[in-house]
Amino acid sequence: MATEVERKTDIGPPHYEQFLHPLMKANYGNWKYHETLKPGVLAHTGEAGTLYTVRCASPRLASTNFIRQMTALADKYSDGYLRFTSRNNIEFLLADKENIDPLIDELNQMNIPVGGTNNAVSNVVHTQGWVHCHSSATDASGLVKAVMDELTDYFTSEKLPARVRVAVACCLNMCGAVHASDVAILGVHRTPPRIDNETLPNLCEIPTTVASCPNNAIKPTSIEGKTTVTVDEDKCMYCGNCYTVCPAMPLADPLNDGVSIWVGGKISNARSEPKFTKLAIPYLPNNPPRWPEAVSAVKNIIEVYAENAKPFERMGEWIERIGWPKFFDLTGIEFSKYHLDDFRYAGTTYRRSLHNRY
Amino acid sequence: MADDLKIPLLEELEKGPWPSFVSDIKSVADKSEMARDLLRQLEKSYEDKRGYWKHGGLVGVLGYGGGVIGRYSALPEEFPGVSHFHTMRVNQPSGWVYTSKALNEIMDLWDEHGSGLTNMHGSTGDLVLLGTRTEELEPMFQALTQKGWDLGGSGSDMRTPSCCIGPARCEWACYDTLDLCYNLTQEYQDELHRPMFNYKFKFKLAGCPNDCVASQARSDMAIVGVWKDEIQIDKDAYAEYIKDGFNVKEYVVDMCPTGCITADENDIEIDDSNCVKCMHCIARMPKALAPGKERGAALCLGAKAPIVEGALIAQVIVPFMKLEPPYEELHDLIERIWEFWDEHGKARERIGEFIERVSLATFLEGIGLEPLPQMVKQPRDNPYVFYEEYYAEEDEGEDA
Repeated sequence: MATEVERKTDIGPPHYEQFLHPLMKANYGNWKYHETLKPGVLAHTGEAGTLYTVRCASPRLASTNFIRQMTALADKYSDGYLRFTSRNNIEFLLADKENIDPLIDELNQMNIPVGGTNNAVSNVVHTQGWVHCHSSATDASGLVKAVMDELTDYFTSEKLPARVRVAVACCLNMCGAVHASDVAILGVHRTPPRIDNETLPNLCEIPTTVASCPNNAIKPTSIEGKTTVTVDEDKCMYCGNCYTVCPAMPLADPLNDGVSIWVGGKISNARSEPKFTKLAIPYLPNNPPRWPEAVSAVKNIIEVYAENAKPFERMGEWIERIGWPKFFDLTGIEFSKYHLDDFRYAGTTYRRSLHNRY
Repeated sequence: MADDLKIPLLEELEKGPWPSFVSDIKSVADKSEMARDLLRQLEKSYEDKRGYWKHGGLVGVLGYGGGVIGRYSALPEEFPGVSHFHTMRVNQPSGWVYTSKALNEIMDLWDEHGSGLTNMHGSTGDLVLLGTRTEELEPMFQALTQKGWDLGGSGSDMRTPSCCIGPARCEWACYDTLDLCYNLTQEYQDELHRPMFNYKFKFKLAGCPNDCVASQARSDMAIVGVWKDEIQIDKDAYAEYIKDGFNVKEYVVDMCPTGCITADENDIEIDDSNCVKCMHCIARMPKALAPGKERGAALCLGAKAPIVEGALIAQVIVPFMKLEPPYEELHDLIERIWEFWDEHGKARERIGEFIERVSLATFLEGIGLEPLPQMVKQPRDNPYVFYEEYYAEEDEGEDA
């Protein structure tokens, strides 16, 4: 006879303590220091001993098969303990130093790069793209794969001046919060929403739709006795906020959607303040499956940075030291009217000093 | 089967040194019609340069308003396997720590109830189970809870809090990020599962100002560990760095943002009264330098991406708070912030935008905090001051 199981709600996540490696428990709150043994391998030491971490890449969009492969490796080499980082890397937590190299060998045989530590390009924080999202202007997983195929060498080494955080967001909603990354690839729409006057009156609440526009470009109107909206296309900057509240105003436009490239953001407080990313390239075409224009643009920026920045200087700190005119000069990127801000805080980006480098 | 998928564009992404999501999805395509049709629909997106997902759809599990993202294919006849492709957000453990056993259990459930595809993890922090049908949501939810797991947030609710690895594996953690993350998640289960805010509210907890979880960029309340007293110096370890030829002048002294370090071959001294706790010197010499002993956190509010009024980086609201269980002072402040935002905020207005609209002064008054110079880069540089105190001229002929 089937027994009724009590339905549980609001239990919250399992307590983390049951997933902590015994050395993590023993040294909890009492770690002394850490060292990097080689790219992707960290050693954290406390009085109870040293814990070794092997960090590797993941595609983030991962199948149950992939996760089981990783847990099998964890069972073999790290007593079944593993964790994930905020940048979608996988970390195996090892008590036995002898297990480091055999684990790395197996990962390499599976074509999974080990690295992402310190002055490296770590794994890419990204969004869903065409894999799952209704508002994306580009794909995310494919862009990441194409970009990282060219940057893998910077993941598996620590030869950059400082860490380089790359992020991809497939529209201005920025579920990946790319606005504070060293290099960001941002999907952009470039044409106003197309209004479906047939379905809009039934699907959307007019006042909410009108209020959603940050530029007051949306007005209510009446077509054949039905209330709908119009968009002042000169005021529209394609943010998509109206589409978020009103499904009858899609922005996707295969001919015009694409990506923009942003640089110089930073989150840590090390040395300088956290900073926003700033626009480097306003538009590059969507060119799947490998987005060659976007990939070579990102690679160029990182290579110019690698060649010119001082040790431990982040992308944004380097650009601030040399000045933006020189950044455009060194990278060969064209400066255009699109680089001039015209939204809320535009004036804060205009230069008031005569500190020119001639 | 996987070899008759006809996805030549996507198969280009099976080449190259980086792990291929295409190969990985293919690996489950034989057992998952969802995975097969996801690849086929994605191939069409690559051909046509556009997505083929419908806008949202309200689905969920009984009694919850969040934790499930409804998704339907715009081409269900062509790709029936993804006619429903809903996401379930599973609340991850603090610090994203797992055992093989626990992860394998979730994977077994997901093969049974879903597409066999995941995101490890989503941007907010959840373990994302990507793609299932409406009728599988409740059975999957119940199976998860029987194993001790629960859903995270979505929509206008408290989103799933997330944190760095903190004291479990980092000598720089200035408070117990894992414990506080667990505490907030449990304390506010109702706010997590039943959207009733103006808009989303995210917590991210970082153990030190390095902010490995990007809290200052990505959370409505960033709780960032910091210390108040002197950086701890191990002079013997310092001597080791010098002996090994480490260039302390170029890489530490010259890069200190406030110039508060004096160092030579024999000794290092730090003027801690002028140190801004940026972590640069500590990160360069982790064996010789460590955060001080009087530890706690700074609380910052308002980070967000551009939609609607522009992107924001979180601003300081409490420069230092001791954070120890049961965290009553913090809970109290959080609840005052929510209450004031709830009462005066507009729909789809994040806390950062709300503060900008009503002004920081009004906001502080509303939540009962005194203004402090640590909250601003500088005092205002415009003279449009709303004075509230002034003298009234006394009426003539009346006695004072």
